[in-house]
Amino acid sequence: MIYLELLWSFMQVGLFSIGGGYAAIPLIQHQAIEVHSWLTMQEFADIMTISEMTPGPITINSATFVGIRVAGIPGAIVATLGCIIPSAIIVLLLAYVYYHWRGLDTVQSIFRSLRPCVIAMIASAEIPLISLALYGGEDFAGTLRIPSLIIFTAAFLALRLFRIGPIATMVISGTFGLIAGVCIL
Amino acid sequence: MDKDRHKLLTTFLANMQISAFTFGGGFVIIPLMRKKFASDLGWIDEDEMLDLAAIAQSSPGPIAVNTAILIGYKVGKIPGALVSILGTVIPPFLIISLISGFYSIIRSNPYVGYVMAGTAAGVAAVVADVVVSMTIDLVKQKRIQPIIMLAAAFILIAVLDVSIVAVIILSALVGYASSVWNRRHQHDLS
Repeated sequence: MIYLELLWSFMQVGLFSIGGGYAAIPLIQHQAIEVHSWLTMQEFADIMTISEMTPGPITINSATFVGIRVAGIPGAIVATLGCIIPSAIIVLLLAYVYYHWRGLDTVQSIFRSLRPCVIAMIASAEIPLISLALYGGEDFAGTLRIPSLIIFTAAFLALRLFRIGPIATMVISGTFGLIAGVCIL
Repeated sequence: MDKDRHKLLTTFLANMQISAFTFGGGFVIIPLMRKKFASDLGWIDEDEMLDLAAIAQSSPGPIAVNTAILIGYKVGKIPGALVSILGTVIPPFLIISLISGFYSIIRSNPYVGYVMAGTAAGVAAVVADVVVSMTIDLVKQKRIQPIIMLAAAFILIAVLDVSIVAVIILSALVGYASSVWNRRHQHDLS
């Protein structure tokens, strides 16, 4: 039964990918290529490209894509459900624990020391984002894209000084990216 | 009752909007959710948001979905969590379903590339803004320990490539140790 196989495979992906999308990639590869041969390596590489090009969590994107390839829209729904169900249960249990015991001194102290850690995590994730935005690749290799640098700087200043919304920032940045691309050609 | 329904609808739409515009997954979604649910709507306070982010980060599964579940739960218990999941999942689901048939045409289109390049710069700016705001908030507390922990965690993750789960466990241990130490200290004084 293909739907049950999809559900079970993606439940394993959801359950064992701690630390977000990039931890899920090898698990998806294992399930979709090695265990089930649902995809070829080329198709898998394409899925990764699409997931980076499109909005949304990479795990959800790849579950949807694999599901569609294997069993159409119902397959996509089942695969998506699979990777959400285990984490939904665990996260809701943790949420219950958090709201039940967060008054305790020890729990407060633990979370107080996790807060700087979360900021550090987001800051670390920002480095590859800046590299990708300004150089089109990782590790700041290649040439600096001047239009991207201007858009980045202007957007940052607009966010800090005029408090414009993040989604407006992205839409405006995308528009200026298009204008810059068309003008330079 | 009507107010509850309005809250759920707002949660659903906010999650959908954030998910539809977020390239780059969980780390980008956390700042956007903070901005929407903490700064704009005021349904969650800033510290609580960071706690939820830490829980989302250390649980299995997509960080973006985990964060959405936690915020939804806070806003409207189990129905809130379900509405959040739906909102987060629907946009990528629709987009991938549409794209899966003809992605090679889209991928090679130069105009799509220009928009993507501009959006990437915008996303980087949004995340930079959030990091700056959060760091300013932390510095304003005028306590030295969190600032040292921020710097140490950043070096561990970004420079030394230590896994995020390990850094979270380490920070939690530091928090636990300092609460034990504080308790003993108070005990000695009294």
